[in-house]
Amino acid sequence: MIPDEQVEKEYLRLKKEAEAGGYRLNPDREFVAGLVRGLLTNTERYGYPACPCRLATGERETDLDIICPCDYRDPDLTDHGACYCALYVSAEVASGKAEAKPVPERRPPGGPKKGEARPSGRVAGSLPLPVWRCRVCGYLCARENPPEICPICKAGKDRFERFI
Amino acid sequence: MDMIHVDGKDRGPIYLYALSTCGWCAKTKEFLSSLGVAFDYVFVDQLPKDEMEQTYSEMLQLYNPLGSFPTLVINGKAIIGYQENEIREALAE
Repeated sequence: MIPDEQVEKEYLRLKKEAEAGGYRLNPDREFVAGLVRGLLTNTERYGYPACPCRLATGERETDLDIICPCDYRDPDLTDHGACYCALYVSAEVASGKAEAKPVPERRPPGGPKKGEARPSGRVAGSLPLPVWRCRVCGYLCARENPPEICPICKAGKDRFERFI
Repeated sequence: MDMIHVDGKDRGPIYLYALSTCGWCAKTKEFLSSLGVAFDYVFVDQLPKDEMEQTYSEMLQLYNPLGSFPTLVINGKAIIGYQENEIREALAE
């Protein structure tokens, strides 16, 4: 069992990080505490914070798209005002003007197929550097390799895909 | 697979497939308890690997091809996600 102090500390860290990146956490403190506890539990179990509302396999490669913040957070925020587990919510929900609606699962069963969204290579030859895209927040950068950590959403290097 | 039983009024077989880390699963479990009905639940993420795979594939094949949680089964009818109204309706039938 994760101690309450650790949950509180992680909550504050996530909140600060979210707000610095223009995101908001769910204002329901008790609900969020449960999710943060779940994220810490999954980090202990698997070595990474897999989404608390999805069944992880324990293989990082397979679970990449559901490591929090997951690949589906932004489209779910746009369409439903909350991410799948409702840790992150839209400004409207955060301010109490709207309520978070149930979010249908948009992840393909078992996760995305490997090698999806690969670049066609058509333009690649004409650019001096490859362009990398963060699958979590869409941040693009042109450099030899993706950054260690996304400067916008803090996702790890392996959450980047070759865009062009 | 061993499900954990919660005592209450007998309203037919009610099974809840849940994750111990999931907020919506916790809410569904609390809601069922607040209605006072007897039900059985399992935290799929806490099962040993073999049992986890077996239970998950059973849930996937029989009730919810999306494989999402919570998956609640009331008298054979699957309710996906935390859905208070659907739960009330299924119990009233």
